[in-house]
Amino acid sequence: MKKYQLGEFEEIVILTVGILYNDACGISIKKEIETRLKRKVSMGALHTALKRMEDKGYLRSRDGEGTEERAGRPKKYFEITALGKKAMEYSKNTRNELWSAIPKVALQMKFQG
Amino acid sequence: MKPSEKRMPPAIPLKFFRWYCNPQMRDHIEGDLIELYRERLAEGKFLADVRFMIDVVLLCRSGIIKRGRKRQHINTYGMYKSYFKIGWRNLAKNKGYSVINIGGLALGIAVAMMIGLWVADELTFNHYHANYPGVAQVKKELKWEGKTYTNTYLQYPLINELKTTYGADLKYVVPQMGGGETVLSTADKKLTKRGTFMGEDMIDMFSLKMRYGNRDALKDINAIIVSNSTAIALFGDIDPVGKIIKLNGTRDVTINGVYEDLPNNSTFHDLDFVGPWAAHERDNAWMLNANWENHFLAIYVQVGDGLTLEQAAAKIEPAEYNATRNLGYMKESMKYNARNSLIPMNDWHLRSNFDDQGKVEAGPVELIWFIGAIGVFVLLLACINFMNLSTARSEKRAKEVGIRKSIGSVRSELIKQFFSESYLVVILAFIIALAIDYMFLPAFNQLSGKEMTLPIGKPLFWMASLAFLFVTGLMAGSYPALYLSSFNAVSILRKTYRTGKLNSLPRKVLVVVQFTVSVILIASTGIIYNQLMFVKDRPVGYDREGLLMINKNHRFFDEKADAIRSELLSTGVVSEVAESGGDVTSVWSGNGGFSWEGKDPLFEASFATLNVGSDFGRAVGWKFVDGRGFSRDIKSDTGAFVLNEAAVKYMNIKDPVGKVVHWENNAWNSHYDYKIVGVIKDMLMDSPFEEVQPTIYFTKGYKNVLLVRITPGNTLVEALPKIEKVFNAIIPDIPFSARFADTEFAAKFKTEERIGKLAGTFACLAILISCLGLFGLAAYVAEQRTKEIGIRKVLGATVAGLWGMLSGEFIVLVTISCALAIPISWYILDESIDKYKYHTAIGWQIFALSAGGAILITIATVSLQAVKAALANPVNSLRSE
Repeated sequence: MKKYQLGEFEEIVILTVGILYNDACGISIKKEIETRLKRKVSMGALHTALKRMEDKGYLRSRDGEGTEERAGRPKKYFEITALGKKAMEYSKNTRNELWSAIPKVALQMKFQG
Repeated sequence: MKPSEKRMPPAIPLKFFRWYCNPQMRDHIEGDLIELYRERLAEGKFLADVRFMIDVVLLCRSGIIKRGRKRQHINTYGMYKSYFKIGWRNLAKNKGYSVINIGGLALGIAVAMMIGLWVADELTFNHYHANYPGVAQVKKELKWEGKTYTNTYLQYPLINELKTTYGADLKYVVPQMGGGETVLSTADKKLTKRGTFMGEDMIDMFSLKMRYGNRDALKDINAIIVSNSTAIALFGDIDPVGKIIKLNGTRDVTINGVYEDLPNNSTFHDLDFVGPWAAHERDNAWMLNANWENHFLAIYVQVGDGLTLEQAAAKIEPAEYNATRNLGYMKESMKYNARNSLIPMNDWHLRSNFDDQGKVEAGPVELIWFIGAIGVFVLLLACINFMNLSTARSEKRAKEVGIRKSIGSVRSELIKQFFSESYLVVILAFIIALAIDYMFLPAFNQLSGKEMTLPIGKPLFWMASLAFLFVTGLMAGSYPALYLSSFNAVSILRKTYRTGKLNSLPRKVLVVVQFTVSVILIASTGIIYNQLMFVKDRPVGYDREGLLMINKNHRFFDEKADAIRSELLSTGVVSEVAESGGDVTSVWSGNGGFSWEGKDPLFEASFATLNVGSDFGRAVGWKFVDGRGFSRDIKSDTGAFVLNEAAVKYMNIKDPVGKVVHWENNAWNSHYDYKIVGVIKDMLMDSPFEEVQPTIYFTKGYKNVLLVRITPGNTLVEALPKIEKVFNAIIPDIPFSARFADTEFAAKFKTEERIGKLAGTFACLAILISCLGLFGLAAYVAEQRTKEIGIRKVLGATVAGLWGMLSGEFIVLVTISCALAIPISWYILDESIDKYKYHTAIGWQIFALSAGGAILITIATVSLQAVKAALANPVNSLRSE
């Protein structure tokens, strides 16, 4: 089922958009991910992911004000759509199912090994 | 806002980003970038700049880059797409027509391409040698009694004369002579190979590609260079430099280099080894004393840098004349006014035969154009098919044109549409043609005696193919494109549009052109075959079956001559063994200096001469008209002549037997009188297309060839092993190798046979293509008139009558073609066949046969459709309205 497709990085981005709620614009998302997950995020990867999820209908955007900091360029704020929410839930559920399907032994072995 | 301006990221990467970014995302991403950049400025401007640039580069990915300018192209792109789609659907709908159209065109293109390859191969002969534009063979011309004699055999002193006096004009002077078939042997292998001896500069002059050894390889007198295939045959695929081999079982030479095999379209392609000229001089010491009277070697030169061949040729023109002017023994020869000149390497293959005015004979070049013209004509026939079938079907497409026009197509778009359809067919045909050529090139190579490959890697080939496709598409598509698009939409849709008689006229003219060309090709092929058969059946004056010729390339041939003879005769399969100066199948030498009683003193008589052993006559089986042959038992036969009938006629003497001829000749060391002892029937030794030359046979001089006559009744398969055993026993050093008079004779027809086969194949293809077109047309006409046929049948027309009605038109057209073709082909052939001295008359039978054949094939082709249409049930054709 390719009903809700959400890549690993996309999932992180959409979760972060959720965390930031009303304040999710490019820079703030980037910083949030970088501080929370301690990983570098390039502008290219981020904006591609945002664009792709917007095209898929998981995110919608609205234009914000341009500030002095940005030399007058407008901000773009993202928020999660209902479809996006479903996709996130689907992705979370599938993982949970997979987690619960792993026999306990396998994990123990892993930890011991 | 100055402070903020200063804090902007570097301008060029920013501009680049704005250029590639999708406009919808551009502003806010740019904002992000600027914000980020300003934050990073705290860590230093350089670092921020770099990281900004990295960001810009990383942003350059598919989601962010703006889409291509698809929308700006959309009109024409979609249009062409639809053109090809409609074209394809049309092809798929009318499968029969498409097969005929594409198949016929593919066949035409395939043939034209093969012929193109052949012509290119012929015209690029010797181009393998990088220096070919500056390389030439030296020739000399003598003028006497209004005739010019051209000779490429030159004198020994001329080598030095060219090297010293003309050294500034000639970069290299390379003499060449000798060799021929030679036995190369190692401890365990013996091979007979062709080679020669040449000046040491030949490696550079002919730009041989040395696989092993260096370019000085021929400077060592005991060295030899061999071709790669010879080296592999002798030693396997290793570096053989330094290995020692024996030449003809006697002289040891060191392999000093290996050159890559020369390609088939090089004059020297059969050269398997080259020995140094110095070695040839050492082995033939007599040469050093040879004067300006003796002509026996070839000289190749490369002109000096910066000189053209013409300039160099002009410089060396008086070389011989100036050098011999003051020599006493040459006084007599001054009247010939000898002139030296050059034959450019580029001309060796096609323009190196000279007529008696010193002009280049046009024959070989004309042949290239003849075959090339066939290629063009075959292609033309295929294009005519395409045009005819497209125009014939125009009425079906007329409605489409009407509708297209009424919904807004302008004429130029319709023209484009029909052209794109024609190009679709042409491109498909081209692809099929490539496949055909790929499959049949090996067969064609065999037929034409070449080693051609499809030059798929060469840009020139593709450029030529593209040009070719363009022209063919234009030629094939122009008529339907320009004609169909001119229809008036209103009249088409109101059905007032009619195809009058005038519309089918161009089609008829094209059919006539097609069949005229086809009949000409068939008639030409017939004549060529006829001529070939005629010459092959020509009486040769001796018995060439079972006659072996063996080169005496070992001293034992002379030292053990008697043993060889008696051993051979005792095998029981050999009836005679003899010797001669040269092959029976070629004229070996020509001589002057003969005089006899009643001879006009101004008459410079020149005869072909052959020196023979006394058993020669019995070995070859010549036939006497008068007198007797040479005999072992009659000692005075050393002073005897045997003439052929042509010679008697040439000398204009009656009762020649017993008459005396004086022969004054330095080269043969002859200053005596000879007695004519016999006259034989003309023996055909030289070209079978020429008259037999006046020939004199005598017994003087060294004989190079051993002749062995197999007793009639014994087959070669039986006799050859026995003969070989004798030679292997007596001369074990060299492998036995014999040539057969009948195969050597047959080889003289090689060119003519090849042309006959080529022309025959192409003529068949031409008629096939023409018939394909006719078949399509007939089908179309029958389909067009289905209703008419139905009504006629209902009213009582017979099948035969309908058949006559449907095929009559085509038969008339083909008959007109025949009427045109016969005089044209007669005119062409009469001229070309005249250049053969010994030729057949052009009979009416050939023309009758080819015209009759063409009409028969037409009837068969057309009837197939006509009868099918005539037999159809009228109910089926009339019911549907």
